Amino acid sequence: MATRSVVITNVKTGEIRDAVYEHPYLVRLCHWLNLVSLFVMIGSGLQIFRAFPSFGPKIPQRDLLDWPKAYALGGWLGGALQWHLTFMWIYIATGIVYLGYELWSGNIRQVLFRPRDISGVWPMVRHYFFFGPKPPVTEAYNPLQKQAYTSVVLLGVLSVATGFAVWKPVQFSWLAWMMGGFHWARLWHFLVMWAILAFIFGHLVMVILHGWNNFYSMLTGWKKDPEYPEQ
Amino acid sequence: MKARTDSVKFRGWSRREVLKLAPVALLGAFAIPRFQEPLLKAGVSFSDWASARLFRPRHLAPTFADSEVTPFARFPINGYDVDDPGVDFDAWSLTVTGSVQKPGDYRLDQFRALPKVTQNTRHVCVEGWDVIGNFGGVRLADFLNMIGADPTARYVYVECADDYYETLDMETALHPQTLLCYEMYGKPLTREHGAPLRLTIPTKVGYKQAKYLTDLRVTNIVQRYGYWEDQGYPRFYGL
Repeated sequence: MATRSVVITNVKTGEIRDAVYEHPYLVRLCHWLNLVSLFVMIGSGLQIFRAFPSFGPKIPQRDLLDWPKAYALGGWLGGALQWHLTFMWIYIATGIVYLGYELWSGNIRQVLFRPRDISGVWPMVRHYFFFGPKPPVTEAYNPLQKQAYTSVVLLGVLSVATGFAVWKPVQFSWLAWMMGGFHWARLWHFLVMWAILAFIFGHLVMVILHGWNNFYSMLTGWKKDPEYPEQ
Repeated sequence: MKARTDSVKFRGWSRREVLKLAPVALLGAFAIPRFQEPLLKAGVSFSDWASARLFRPRHLAPTFADSEVTPFARFPINGYDVDDPGVDFDAWSLTVTGSVQKPGDYRLDQFRALPKVTQNTRHVCVEGWDVIGNFGGVRLADFLNMIGADPTARYVYVECADDYYETLDMETALHPQTLLCYEMYGKPLTREHGAPLRLTIPTKVGYKQAKYLTDLRVTNIVQRYGYWEDQGYPRFYGL
């Protein structure tokens, strides 16, 4: 894929820097919209969970955990449902625009984890977690990043699918059936949320470690001083 | 092929790209108290509209084998209903009004005279728990037919012996699994499960399935929608 890149000359100091256009506009827009809607979906989802914090029977009820109200959104079940049923449409619309754009523009190649990336995952894991040598950087995303971003897009799709099985177990009875019925769909929906939260945690750590230029590229699209050679 | 630019111009581009993200800030309207309530109301209305569109009048809810039914002792009674609404079973009747040819008071034996339907269906509570119950009764559609209800009316509105009330869209009211239920697990309804007559609607969430029915009105207009709906719960909530 042709990547736009520029050489920036500082008119005052004469310093020369490289920048590459890494994130197209719609990707950035969807990223920040998704940040807000995910925050609301998780917060209100946890408040909904508080109404029946269990995945067993109602009688006898055994609570899985006592989730603190301070880390939930909506105040009560009805309020949380309002947030959840409103932002789910924003979440879904954002997902459709993002995925549609990625496929249409071919930009998905930047993040799609493919078989050829498999061999590169372990060296990255060794580098990040076991102080191994840093593998050479050849493109915007390394194999481990591609694996993470591809997974989280799939988790996004799963969050919607499991959500519809919980919301509409009769109209989408086939969907609920695939997940083992309404009862299990609710558990899958919950687990997908935790998987997304795990991604967010890792994502935030990496964003902090990679510094300002990397973060700024999700705002402007342009990444200054990329680590990889421009094509 | 590499373009060249100077840092002043680049700063200009960058600023423009950040400004293009301004639409995200529109979501901030949800944080402003004045806008929050109407926006969420609009969101729930949209969800209700989508729910109604997704509802298929002839699509049946899954039914279950007797072996899958939750034992009666473990069929929950919502805390709200534990209070005994003090129904006098001998004097009880369902008062029918509205767009019907035969308004009046209907006694329990008149319901029992209609074709009986028994079904094992899933009861899903808005809180998240679910049970599979055995319900027996008469199709609401059969009863509406008997009283000569106008099927083009929009709602079937019911009132209960406690202060509960509920509105059902006509499409759901006519669904073949929507029952006026007078039996659970082969026995007459117990007091706490809504005796002598309740709604059981496998295509709806639990709070739509009103207990202790006393009044039924076929109508196009409702003054109030439902006990929980009027406190902010979704109105349609079809499963």
